Amino acid sequence: MALTEEHVRYVAELAHLELSDDEVRKFLSQLRSILEYVDKLNQLDTSRVEPMAQVTLNSAENPALRADQPRRTFSTDEALSNAPEPGAGHFKVPQVIERE
Amino acid sequence: MSLTDLTITEIRDHLTRKQVSAEELVRAHLERIDQQDKDVRAYLTLSAERALARAKQIDQLVSSGDPLPPLAGVPTAVKDVIVTRGLRTTCASRILEHYVPQYDATAVVRLESAGACILGKTNCDEFAMGSSTENSGYFPTHNPADLSRVPGGSSGGSAAAVAANLATTALGSDTGGSIRQPAALCGTVGMMGTYGRVSRFGLVAFASSLDHVGPFGRSVRDIAIVLRTIAGRDPHDSTSADVPVPDYAAELDAVDAAGGKLTGVKLGVPEEYFKGLNPQIGDNIQKAIDLFSKLGCQIVPISLPHTEYAVGCYYIIATAEASSNLARYDGVRYGFRAPGAHDLRDMYEKTRDGGFGAEVKRRIMLGTYVLSSGYYDAYYLKAQKVRTLIARDFLEAFEDVDVVVTPTSPIPAFKLGERVDDPLQMYLSDIYTVTASLAGIPGISVPCGRTAGDPALPVGMQLLAKHFDEAPLLRVAHAFEKAGGFVIS
Repeated sequence: MALTEEHVRYVAELAHLELSDDEVRKFLSQLRSILEYVDKLNQLDTSRVEPMAQVTLNSAENPALRADQPRRTFSTDEALSNAPEPGAGHFKVPQVIERE
Repeated sequence: MSLTDLTITEIRDHLTRKQVSAEELVRAHLERIDQQDKDVRAYLTLSAERALARAKQIDQLVSSGDPLPPLAGVPTAVKDVIVTRGLRTTCASRILEHYVPQYDATAVVRLESAGACILGKTNCDEFAMGSSTENSGYFPTHNPADLSRVPGGSSGGSAAAVAANLATTALGSDTGGSIRQPAALCGTVGMMGTYGRVSRFGLVAFASSLDHVGPFGRSVRDIAIVLRTIAGRDPHDSTSADVPVPDYAAELDAVDAAGGKLTGVKLGVPEEYFKGLNPQIGDNIQKAIDLFSKLGCQIVPISLPHTEYAVGCYYIIATAEASSNLARYDGVRYGFRAPGAHDLRDMYEKTRDGGFGAEVKRRIMLGTYVLSSGYYDAYYLKAQKVRTLIARDFLEAFEDVDVVVTPTSPIPAFKLGERVDDPLQMYLSDIYTVTASLAGIPGISVPCGRTAGDPALPVGMQLLAKHFDEAPLLRVAHAFEKAGGFVIS
């Protein structure tokens, strides 16, 4: 099924991107040609192939888990050092929920 | 002596003999950057104070006769997708224009502990997405071999810095070829280790199952020394491998001791990588294969039958992972926040649309689409299965051969602006490099002469080996270098 403008707008919404009409049109044609290209993967019969989510083949017992002990990472000030709008030790943002 | 074209070994030698100080080395590089970088544009941010502070520490060690760490005094550049504490890190994006990290990447910690002097942060494609460094949100970098051409990408700044003697060594990142391809286009050495060989902690994530941190250098020995310094298990990165790190430089010594021969090494030549290959590239690779024969290699024709599906597979998986990894740039905790938003969602949308460049948006869109309900099976799951087939091609090939040889890039450096309007064409530049990333195997690109004609542009040759076989890979690359392969004609 070919990509439509509705698809593009829907995907932009999922991705939290506010696209201009111009951008929607441009992306529509570019994404269509890329999707056409990747469609060739359907030439392959993968009905008996396992998906590969991780490249770490032959992994032994996962050494990544550690004891659940708290450690020092950043102070509050350090954590807020790049905040666009810090306040009272938190990150301030515009209202999340509409108030009636 | 020219202080800006020394290898790591030469630097160590000159420092030990007190023929030069680390401070002089750093200042010579800073001066050269001042003169040349207005044309090359490799750097986004310089860190003269940081570099000089480290240099002074090294000079102290020299004067007190203490042993020098492996990278003592080595002027080093770091790609701007790798965080450096207190030093602006932008990922070449406007969305992080003022971001100053509170921590260092593990690779940076290890380099600096080894004595490296970080000169600055290098330009790249925005969030490492691109093959030409033209997607930088700031300006493009120019190829030192021909300033009207691209240096390749996404680590174009790091490759150009090393090629133009604006750093002795540099860190880059490689997801689908972003170290190997610019190394080829600029005429330097660039290496991507096995997935998990080098910690990704502090590498701003693009595609988590494909990202790697790796070195650029002017010789294979330099690469070997840097790789040993940065590789190894890191508790901060659960995907970093708990596999011992050999002394890669000592492995090269063994090659030297054997007179530079590669007797009995089986070199695989995959037919799929040579079909329709630009003769400008193909001729040089063929000469390289002939040289390998002379060095005692057995040349073995092989087939990697799923090669033609690799770019499609890569661009589904990489963009899917990127759409997830880049969700964090939302104006809340760091980076650009669009003014005038009336609610949180509006802020997210305006921030992301305002802060990201076109290629980043395109990839986020593609990635979101292939993961979305109704399309996940057809695209993402399918691509993961194709990935298994591609990885299997290599596993089978490495039962018969030790190392695989291919061109790194299908074309030499193209002109700035030549490919910007056709994203798919740009993606196809990665045709020889994405396979190794998908399979998780290590790969190195080494210079392999220049194209015939005018201008004579660098050609790169790629060598691949199986998981954790960096030592054999480096040995073969080193023997090639010793035998004059880099300047083959």
